[in-house]
Amino acid sequence: MEPPQLGLIEQSFNSRYSNWAREALDELPDNFTITDPCISGHPIVFASRGFLKMSGYSRDQVVGRNGRMFQGPNTCRRSVMEIREAIREERGVEISLLNYRKDGTPFWMLFRMAPVFGKDEGRVIHFVAVQVPILRRRQRRRNGEGLCGEILSNSCRREVCSSSSVELAGVSAADSDCRVQAMEGSVWQHVDNYVFPKDCKPLDGFQLISFLQFALVLFTSLEIEEKCEASDTEKQLAATAISNVLSVLTHYSESTGRLVCEKRFGPSLVSSSLHISLGRIKQSFVLVDPHLPDIPIVYASDAFLRMTGYARNEVLGQNCRFLTGVDTDPSALHQIKQSIQAQQACSVRILHYRKDKSSFWNLLHISPVRNATGKIAYFVGVQIEEGSVDRHGLSPEMRQLSVVGSIKVAVRSSSMSYSIH
Amino acid sequence: MIGKGKVGCQRGRQVADITAIHGVTRPLIHVRSVRRKLDIIQSNPSAHGGRGALPSEGGSPSDLLFLAGGERMMLRIKRVPTVVSNYQKDEGEDAARRGGGCGRNCLQKCCIPGAKLPLYTFKRAEEIPGDKCVLEHDDNQAPVAFLDSLLLGQWEDRMQRGLFRYDVTACETKVIPGRCGFMAQLNEGRHLKKRPTEFRVDKVLQPFDGNKFNFTKVGQEEVLFQFDASEDGEVQFFPDAPVDADSSPSVVAINVSPIEYGHVLLIPRILECLPQRIDRESFLLALYMAIEAGNPYFRLGYNSLGAFATINHLHFQAYYLAVPFPIEKAPTRKVTTLGDGVKISELFDYPVRGLVFEGGNTLQDLSNAVSDACIFLQDNNIPHNVLIADCGKRIFLLPQCYAEKQALGEVSSELLDTQVNPAVWEISGHMVLKRKKDYEEASEENAWRLLAEVSLSEERFEEVKALIFEACSYTLSEKEDEHLTQGAGDDKPPLEGTGSINKGRNCNMVSGTQECLVLQ
Repeated sequence: MEPPQLGLIEQSFNSRYSNWAREALDELPDNFTITDPCISGHPIVFASRGFLKMSGYSRDQVVGRNGRMFQGPNTCRRSVMEIREAIREERGVEISLLNYRKDGTPFWMLFRMAPVFGKDEGRVIHFVAVQVPILRRRQRRRNGEGLCGEILSNSCRREVCSSSSVELAGVSAADSDCRVQAMEGSVWQHVDNYVFPKDCKPLDGFQLISFLQFALVLFTSLEIEEKCEASDTEKQLAATAISNVLSVLTHYSESTGRLVCEKRFGPSLVSSSLHISLGRIKQSFVLVDPHLPDIPIVYASDAFLRMTGYARNEVLGQNCRFLTGVDTDPSALHQIKQSIQAQQACSVRILHYRKDKSSFWNLLHISPVRNATGKIAYFVGVQIEEGSVDRHGLSPEMRQLSVVGSIKVAVRSSSMSYSIH
Repeated sequence: MIGKGKVGCQRGRQVADITAIHGVTRPLIHVRSVRRKLDIIQSNPSAHGGRGALPSEGGSPSDLLFLAGGERMMLRIKRVPTVVSNYQKDEGEDAARRGGGCGRNCLQKCCIPGAKLPLYTFKRAEEIPGDKCVLEHDDNQAPVAFLDSLLLGQWEDRMQRGLFRYDVTACETKVIPGRCGFMAQLNEGRHLKKRPTEFRVDKVLQPFDGNKFNFTKVGQEEVLFQFDASEDGEVQFFPDAPVDADSSPSVVAINVSPIEYGHVLLIPRILECLPQRIDRESFLLALYMAIEAGNPYFRLGYNSLGAFATINHLHFQAYYLAVPFPIEKAPTRKVTTLGDGVKISELFDYPVRGLVFEGGNTLQDLSNAVSDACIFLQDNNIPHNVLIADCGKRIFLLPQCYAEKQALGEVSSELLDTQVNPAVWEISGHMVLKRKKDYEEASEENAWRLLAEVSLSEERFEEVKALIFEACSYTLSEKEDEHLTQGAGDDKPPLEGTGSINKGRNCNMVSGTQECLVLQ
């Protein structure tokens, strides 16, 4: 899977908030990412300094990638599913999640995500996700480890600065120096961000080693399994962080005129969960709404725009007739019209024109698509340029039908929930 | 030691083979009426169950038949079986068709030579399941995988060719309001004016019967593609591959009575005519299919005999539904981790008690853990359902006892009248309803109530759970035993319940509740 072009990523952010917003966001101490569900692959378009520090990656390694890159073998699948469903339903979620840093070490964090709606579009433009590392481990029935956790975090917050931390290092460390080295970086980051109160003296070397040894025992002996609950403090941190980010974004969106807000505003052409599902389909297709006057296009895939040379805002809301031209056979058009009226599928070979006036033979397949009510909600038109070859060996007809199938599943499923219109 | 049957028999009979219900009183929704049972024996049994039985057949809710002679009682229920193929006929008609040259392009010796079907071969993987998805399709933003496209395209093609009995997308469907998110579908147009068939529900293992309908009798047009492991370790697609009977192909076919878009049947080694029972190889094939499709909304399911499988020819089902299933959302409590890294959890706060299998050092480890558990259940006559979800990363195993209760007349008529047969999809939270009234009045409470009847009692589930763990760990220690051959899991005799859980090997039981280790 190729990562989406960086141009698109930058555009996603800049066109909405302007480049100045980046500076403002960089001033926030919080760990967060901003993702764009409308770009294929739902990539990260912005990652805060704090986030990069926490995860150990550089900006280039994160922007353009999907959030699943931070998941690993012990990440709870059910939690991943909850996040996926929140995205699909265009709502927020707050959940503890196990993530992995670049060096492969796992850490628990409180993951809180909120949607950002476009005021004009009425759908989700971005998702903001805040990550607060969870240091106080609240485990239920563990023998010594829970106690260790309490001691560590308590000491981290208050006592590590004092010389009494030396006494804590009475717990023996297990491993060799090289492991301490590996842990050092990440533990140190935690120490840096969350552990030292500002007025504290830095540890001397001996205290640091002891502390690290202690932390090593903690990290290696704790099993990464059960849910890890965040404290109220951590939840408060998450709420504040989200609020900070959202107010920056809202403010800067006013400067570009493309306003965003935290709540959905007005009806949308196509719900963003459907949008996200449709974004997985790489072929050229459009959805038209037969219930609206003049049967306008309500969704156009990126591949369609590439094939025809138009921009999205030039085709949304328009009837497909802009694709026809001088030499288009009227009987083909008639056949299409008849099929739509009869609510049936059809395939036609029709001459279409791109924006630059060049023509191409379009093997067009049209099919009705029903939603969860059982009634027809859209018609889908799948375009294949005659002569194009599918690298997997599927015939053009079969490729088209697979697009129809994917869309039928997406439309039906996305309209099932009572919470989505 | 298991399956002692009902304690304090009200009826004074022995039920030696029944094991799902074990002498525990369960609260019934309605008062158990003795009069009802007398009615049953005397009056005409009504048809219940199957997707298509008319709601108004009249008569009593359940049918109870006794096989006279011997101490053994055979339990049966009557249902109209779901029609999954256009060639699925009544038994009488089937008999007339035997013999060569049927002329309808089936998959038997008469038509196989020269037959061609698309073939998809997948690459076997030894890696950890979490890393297997090369294309990383574990969320809804990744591009559509090729197998996904192939299956959907072929299915839509058959739709347009009119091979399905109805358009399932024209059936109204909704998520029932509530915290669980049960799904309901109204499918009243599927009347099947057929005679109900008897299904024996007290035997999970039954031999294959060539006289009955099986999947070699489907028309080739109902088969979408062959699905097998690649010889040379590469994913490959051949649009037009010959069907080689000697290679024992596995195929994917349509279900002509779909309950959702893309409803297909995976039939492992179709020509070998295996009966409906799990074996390691077949389960692994099903798991590969879930992985290859790469779509968390494409789930596979399995129903054992006695748990509402209607055809005794080994098959899995699958379909697409891009919403989370209630069972996937249910909280779980970790119970144990096996030595090979397979994590087993238990559902809680869900009406049906069951286990969840995840992880494993390799894919085979996960697959074998589930297979071995199923083999144990089927060897011990406990009907069960299996759901493969989350691209093969989470597998749910649910023992059940509804059919048995139905046969014993212990299910309320109210529940029976909905004619919901709780197979794997229903248990997972997706209900297909035949009456508008049931659809409109569908509530989380009703759904929960129905599913609660399906579940093993808490006591019985604890017993079964302990035995499953022993079965899994027993197999592990067998693996280490040099004297044993491969595939030891398949033909083991039923296990005894006694004995220590660790037969010479430490199962890496990490944390979790301890009661799971309590043995008989």
